[in-house]
Amino acid sequence: MVPAFEGRRFEKLNDIIERNGRTPSSLIPILQEVQEEYRYLPEEVLTYVATALGLPPSAVFGVATFYAQFSTEPKGRFVIKVCDGTACHVRGADTVHFAVRRAAGLEPGRKTTDDLTFTVEQVNCVGACSMAPVVTVNDRRVYGDMTQKEAAALVERLRKEAEEEPVPTEGAGDGVGTAGERAADGAGGAAG
Amino acid sequence: MTDRRIEDRRELEMLQARLARALETLRPRIIVCEGTGCLAKGAADVRRAFIKELEKRGPGIDLDLALEDPDEVERRREMGVAAVTPSGCQGLCQRGPLVTVEPEGYLYVGVRPDDVPDIVQAVVEGTGPVVRLLSDRDLSQARAADIDFFRPQERRVLAWCGRIRPGDIREYLARGGYSALAKALTEMTPDEVIEEVTAAGLRGRGGAGFPTGKKWRVTRDAEGDKKYVIVNGDEGDPGAFMDRCLLEGDPHRVLEGLIIAAYAVGADEGYAYVRAEYPRAVRLLRRAMAEAERYGLLGEDILGSGFSFRARLKEGAGAFVCGEETALIASIEGRRGMPRPRPPFPAVRGLWGRPTCINNVETLGNVPGLILYGAAAYREVGTDGSPGTKIFALAGQVERTGLIEVPMGSTLRDVIFGAGGGIRGGKEFKAVQIGGPSGGCLTSRHLDLPLDYESLKEAGAMIGSGGLVVLDEDSCMVEVARFFMSFVQSESCGKCVPCREGTRRMLELLTKMTEGTATKADLELLEELAGSVRESALCGLGKSAPNPVLTTLRYFRDEYLAHVTEHRCPAAACLELVSFEIDPEKCIGCGLCAKACPSGAVRQVDRADGTPDGRRRAEGAGDAGPAKKSPAAKGKTRKKRLPYAIDDELCLRCDACRAACPKGAVRRVPRKTVRDRSGAAATTAAGD
Repeated sequence: MVPAFEGRRFEKLNDIIERNGRTPSSLIPILQEVQEEYRYLPEEVLTYVATALGLPPSAVFGVATFYAQFSTEPKGRFVIKVCDGTACHVRGADTVHFAVRRAAGLEPGRKTTDDLTFTVEQVNCVGACSMAPVVTVNDRRVYGDMTQKEAAALVERLRKEAEEEPVPTEGAGDGVGTAGERAADGAGGAAG
Repeated sequence: MTDRRIEDRRELEMLQARLARALETLRPRIIVCEGTGCLAKGAADVRRAFIKELEKRGPGIDLDLALEDPDEVERRREMGVAAVTPSGCQGLCQRGPLVTVEPEGYLYVGVRPDDVPDIVQAVVEGTGPVVRLLSDRDLSQARAADIDFFRPQERRVLAWCGRIRPGDIREYLARGGYSALAKALTEMTPDEVIEEVTAAGLRGRGGAGFPTGKKWRVTRDAEGDKKYVIVNGDEGDPGAFMDRCLLEGDPHRVLEGLIIAAYAVGADEGYAYVRAEYPRAVRLLRRAMAEAERYGLLGEDILGSGFSFRARLKEGAGAFVCGEETALIASIEGRRGMPRPRPPFPAVRGLWGRPTCINNVETLGNVPGLILYGAAAYREVGTDGSPGTKIFALAGQVERTGLIEVPMGSTLRDVIFGAGGGIRGGKEFKAVQIGGPSGGCLTSRHLDLPLDYESLKEAGAMIGSGGLVVLDEDSCMVEVARFFMSFVQSESCGKCVPCREGTRRMLELLTKMTEGTATKADLELLEELAGSVRESALCGLGKSAPNPVLTTLRYFRDEYLAHVTEHRCPAAACLELVSFEIDPEKCIGCGLCAKACPSGAVRQVDRADGTPDGRRRAEGAGDAGPAKKSPAAKGKTRKKRLPYAIDDELCLRCDACRAACPKGAVRRVPRKTVRDRSGAAATTAAGD
């Protein structure tokens, strides 16, 4: 299930560790960067990081499984998060979640599609309550006032995007930047 | 980038004056809200359209504030230079994308790129506001300050949020930013700073309301050669987005508050701990820190005072419990975010065993104004016990959602029916959930309760961080309690038994209730458990976990009783206890519900006996699918279309049909059939 982890990839890992410093307090930032790089935390990486920081592997696994941000399983190219904060909840987040899962073709109990196109998660508040219910894609694109219909349409658009611009299932996160994605994260450049 | 280090207070004041004059050249100024809500609705496209449109209209557009040449500044001040600026949250998130035009202060709502030429024309020709884009299409409410949403507000901490380019230190300086820091460093001793904060009566805005001055005092007096300050931006309460908006709208204010706190308690190092779920806030604060460093407002010998302070940003990794001080410290140290018993409090033994002062984002956002204008001015608004203002995130079933700042002691009515404009869709107000999973639900009889720490505590709730989620008649309070318990249960760190096991058992009981399998004994057990968890859990998360249950039990006991004795959900919200029904009078037979249904439970009614029948549907429409929308078919079959009905046994209760219906004909009613353990369906007495 876990894709073979090639040796050359450890080079990048070393960079990340050096940049953050080999101290226990760097563990979380290191795991965050690693996850951004590989989109999940492969087991080999965790043991490697443990050795590099002089920590018992159990401590590293403990941290990797404690925080919701980390995943020890590969995630899909599009991580669709359906917010289930209070405001979203009372405005029908459950039914949106149902619609997204259905459109993504997920079997009960599964979070990620077999082809690693979609991961669908129900998450705690994303802090955009005024436009509840909210769905985010890869943490960057934010969609508010969702309905079941729009949720299904969104999944279809993403599917099309994946078909038109296939990217390796492994690799540096999400290389595609749609207008929406740039928009949601674009004010940085503009604020310059 | 060049070093623009400001050496002392005089230099700071000169720079502030120069930047203020440069800012005056930017007139008129079109400010496009790029808060999360507006961005999602396409604000970035709107801003690009403004830039394009202004460029088309010739010279005079300047997007930046980088005016160095004083002659050029003066020349431009004469003529005015139209400018377009992105801003943080402007507040009325519901109606985005929002655009404010200064100097008049016109607020436009729901602006699309197509609307841009009209606005630019009105701006350039000075013909007044574009009426069709005003929030109420009413000329008397053209300015933001005149709108009902803003009228009850007192924007002090949010003074510049939504009006300046967030994170741009020059804009913050142009508005007198960092003057409070300069005042503290050059005119006040650390003790005097603490005394001022104590005299102002500032209390922690993160939830508990602990006096900030006292916290600073304990940290200052604690023994230790090294001390830390931390700004807690781990805003995890579902329904809260105040800290996010403040960090995204005016990060320098929070940073200035942090530096002043460091000076007061004697810390030379600090951290900003911000949720990773807020990438924009992280980026803007990081940028603000880098700029402050470049201007010498962070780092060695700040403003020549001899005081040095370094700050770093740490991203949270998605754990609600890390909002708790000791868990937050564990997380910064690189461990699992688990709380430890207090005392010793972090102010005495905190990060790496050193005295550590942890303040919430909004608390620190209060500090610069407090120091600059003094405790007496700070106390001008608010109540004696809770001075100042509070930012609330208004969400849920309310007409106008968004970010508001009101004086402490304002009533729920001011907030929900004043700023919020009442309940959406003319429904009945039922309750307001305040303070997230640690808070509680208040009812219509609390509408005139003043919003301050003491009053809310008495009512069994708490201000918490300031999330207000309004619930209408369609919300079931038992289900809401279950929702919060499910949240706390999954966020419980697992360290102490009362929280780990107690929340799980309470969740099981509440789930049974919402599924209609609970008994009265379960209700008694739930109350008992809630009491023991509150008494015995280790940290604030566990201790306050039963609050949503306890307040809903206190104010909505009838609803619990209906669930456990009659297995009925009065609000028809608990999906296991409802059936979906189509009103044959309202149904126009369009078939959208049948198309949306994933389980084939929705079928067209057979003319003869009124039951769902798939075979007859084919005859009616001449096609197995939903009725086609071709004009011919529409005209021919409009009157003859048969209504649809739902087969309760096949229904998955996904709500898709209700969402799909254009006529509001699908409704929830008390469940008609119950499934027994073998899975077969049986009709209950409550069926009709």
